[in-house]
Amino acid sequence: MKVGVTVFPGSNCDQDVLHAYKNVVGYDAVPLWHAEPDLKDCDLIVVPGGFSYGDYLRTGALARLSPVMSRVKEFADAGGPVLGICNGFQILCEAGLLPGVLLQNVGMRFLSRFVHVRIEQVDTPFTSRYESGEIVTAPIAHFEGNYFADAETLQSLKDNKQVVFYYCSSDGVVDPDCRQTNPNGSLEAIGGVCNRQRNVVGLMPHPERVVEELVGAIGVAQGLKMFRQQVESN
Amino acid sequence: MASSIGIQVLVRLKAGVLDVQGKTIQSSLQGAFPDHVIDHVRVGKLIEMEVEASSQEEAIEKARILCEQILVNPVIESFEIKPLL
Repeated sequence: MKVGVTVFPGSNCDQDVLHAYKNVVGYDAVPLWHAEPDLKDCDLIVVPGGFSYGDYLRTGALARLSPVMSRVKEFADAGGPVLGICNGFQILCEAGLLPGVLLQNVGMRFLSRFVHVRIEQVDTPFTSRYESGEIVTAPIAHFEGNYFADAETLQSLKDNKQVVFYYCSSDGVVDPDCRQTNPNGSLEAIGGVCNRQRNVVGLMPHPERVVEELVGAIGVAQGLKMFRQQVESN
Repeated sequence: MASSIGIQVLVRLKAGVLDVQGKTIQSSLQGAFPDHVIDHVRVGKLIEMEVEASSQEEAIEKARILCEQILVNPVIESFEIKPLL
């Protein structure tokens, strides 16, 4: 298993993802520089968080034009597993690999705190190690995490079971109007989605920051399973 | 003969898309100017550029492609292209 982590000007979670794969999970993992249209024979791609291209124009919009992303798109279209975290989620939405868009948080504030998400779909390459309905506690750190899609897209997301993560309370209750549990105001408290083929997944929380017990929210490395399942499932 | 033609693109958030920036500005304006009635504040973007083209129509057409490909996200935004005079 060889993992590629894209690096754009302004990416700042790439090292955390590389650390999670290399030092915690034990896979080969390499950075993929934005200017090089080369995925280096990787079996799995992660588009990490950060502020690519300064968030100019729209978050994630300019990263989409980079040479490496044209290869990521081909890889995803061919069924390759791709995970987008935070800014990576925004980039995948802008690139048309995932439906919807991330707007500014309803409270007009940057949010840096722990949230709970309920895992709804366990048939993606990144959630197959979780139980359906399992609650994961992970940090968010974003200004634009307010998930939005038009009514038609939202309906198709539900019909095709593409909502992978919902923001929820510690006991799993989803309430879109509750700013405590859905702090950025996401439509229907959607925290992450997958594409129709289910090989591309994006989410706003940072699982790579909770892969070791030392820094897990409740002493448990709940994000780890998102990175660890691929060998078996492929 | 091709020349540089000035183009202006106005990008607006579509109706129904929450504009938190607009809401915040509105609330601040209302607080600072209580005698004014201010409503529906929306914030958009103005992008200006020069496009090499042989006519204004061609420049507008080129700008339209740029809008559709990258400058505008059709999920949340609409756009209007004007020649820069």
